[in-house]
Amino acid sequence: MVGGAWWSYRPGDLLMFSPRVYARLFELHNQALWPAPLLALVLGAVVLVFLLRPGPRRTRLVVALLAVAWAFVAWAFLWQRYAPIHWGIAYLVRLFGLQALLLAALGSLRGGLRLPGHWNVRRGLGIGLFAYALALHPLAALATGRGLAGAEVIGLTPDPLAIATLGVAAMAEPAPRAWALMVVPALWCLLSALTLFLLDAPGAWLPLLAIAAALAARLWPAPKAPR
Amino acid sequence: MAQPLPALSRRRLLRGLLAAAAVTALPSAGALARAADPLTRELPGTGEALPRVGLGSWITFNVGDDPVLLEECTAVMAAFFAAGGRLIDSSPMYGSSQATIGHALERLEAVDRVYAADKVWTSSPAEGPAQIEASRRAWGVPRFDLLQVHNLLGWEGHLETLQAMKAAGEVRHLGITTSHGRRHEELERIMRRAPLDSVQLTYNIVDREAESRLLPLARERGIGVIANRPFQRKRLIRRLAGKPLPPWAAEIGATTWAQFILKFIISHPAITCAIPATTRVDHVRENLAAAREPLPDDAMRRRMADHVRGL
Repeated sequence: MVGGAWWSYRPGDLLMFSPRVYARLFELHNQALWPAPLLALVLGAVVLVFLLRPGPRRTRLVVALLAVAWAFVAWAFLWQRYAPIHWGIAYLVRLFGLQALLLAALGSLRGGLRLPGHWNVRRGLGIGLFAYALALHPLAALATGRGLAGAEVIGLTPDPLAIATLGVAAMAEPAPRAWALMVVPALWCLLSALTLFLLDAPGAWLPLLAIAAALAARLWPAPKAPR
Repeated sequence: MAQPLPALSRRRLLRGLLAAAAVTALPSAGALARAADPLTRELPGTGEALPRVGLGSWITFNVGDDPVLLEECTAVMAAFFAAGGRLIDSSPMYGSSQATIGHALERLEAVDRVYAADKVWTSSPAEGPAQIEASRRAWGVPRFDLLQVHNLLGWEGHLETLQAMKAAGEVRHLGITTSHGRRHEELERIMRRAPLDSVQLTYNIVDREAESRLLPLARERGIGVIANRPFQRKRLIRRLAGKPLPPWAAEIGATTWAQFILKFIISHPAITCAIPATTRVDHVRENLAAAREPLPDDAMRRRMADHVRGL
């Protein structure tokens, strides 16, 4: 960590790269993986269908896919692309790995996680978050001037993955496991918002809004169990 | 996510090819003929005369393995050497900046030309030698010219290491750094007791705290001073942008605010050099051009500081 008197630094002093370098991370990532962004969008759409029509096997598949995505993003994006320009990312790779392990453990258990099949506020917010991460968050690149070449795609980059996971965890049961699933995504969203704020990028508030929506969903009074 | 990728890629690719062409079109740095070398000042007691404007690498050279941006940084370093620059400063804290410098030095065949200034940045003195060796490999230099303890972190242990390296001929000069005006009292204590060749600190036309004690002490002790954050990382330039240079700036040969600021910094008798960082070839040329006569005298320096304070 930064030398003595680190508390006297302003957050902006710790920004290690330029907005252009940050934008290029996503452009190069998409170029290197092409056409994987398209495949990721298709898989994301399948997951959305499973969330809309859940069942035990589908839920386990959703959780397993999220586990794979967290592991892949940790290695392919954080470690391969982001860590070389930010030494702090190496620590976060481990957290992403932990999140993948947690999801894998829940996915391997029968009834490890349950998803609701009836509409209520909690489910609406959860599915809304997932749908945003899948379909709208990539378009945020247009607002930043990056263009779709620099789009952040679910399953390949951390922001939409964290938001999507918050969405799933927001509506999942049992509550203790769902809360545990929210810790790392929420932490990432906080860091991402700080980075975007320091880069003076539009949409820095979006990850914060995702955390707020997920918290609101989780804290919303639990719906009565269907008869 | 869809089809626009290839179109934008072409644009980026074209920009990269242009940068690469600019680099390729240049002869190696050692073969470059220069119109006018920048002014130099000796690092006290070392016999090493350094151009009074160097090149920093914080943020600007942290570009990862992006081939387009690597070539742009190489073009900046090519222009820097072509304008007579030598000292380049980096740190293991600066992400991929060391590797970027190493890439450019190899491409430009400029290892013999650079005055390589780096830092050791770890709280554990035991980890210092391994970190320094990793940094040296990233630069691709046989040894560093100057190694500095970054931000005073673990300075006692690291200075012992650096002194041993200097005695063994593994580094030529050693120093210590701080920035943002932090920990000046502790730096002063170190300057009084440790055998330093240089210190690096923040000094510019608005951040002048070092003038009261540290800069006089550096002269008294025969320690060189490298001025970092000359533009407050763009903030100072942004503040002055749009305001006209005073007509009397012509008396010191300053045609831009950047040159105005740099001439103020390097004209202080204790300052060895300033190390502005940039991603632009035109800016690196502009910066090096500031290291030419005429430089302001004391009266002009006061006038310059008063003028900026009044804006």
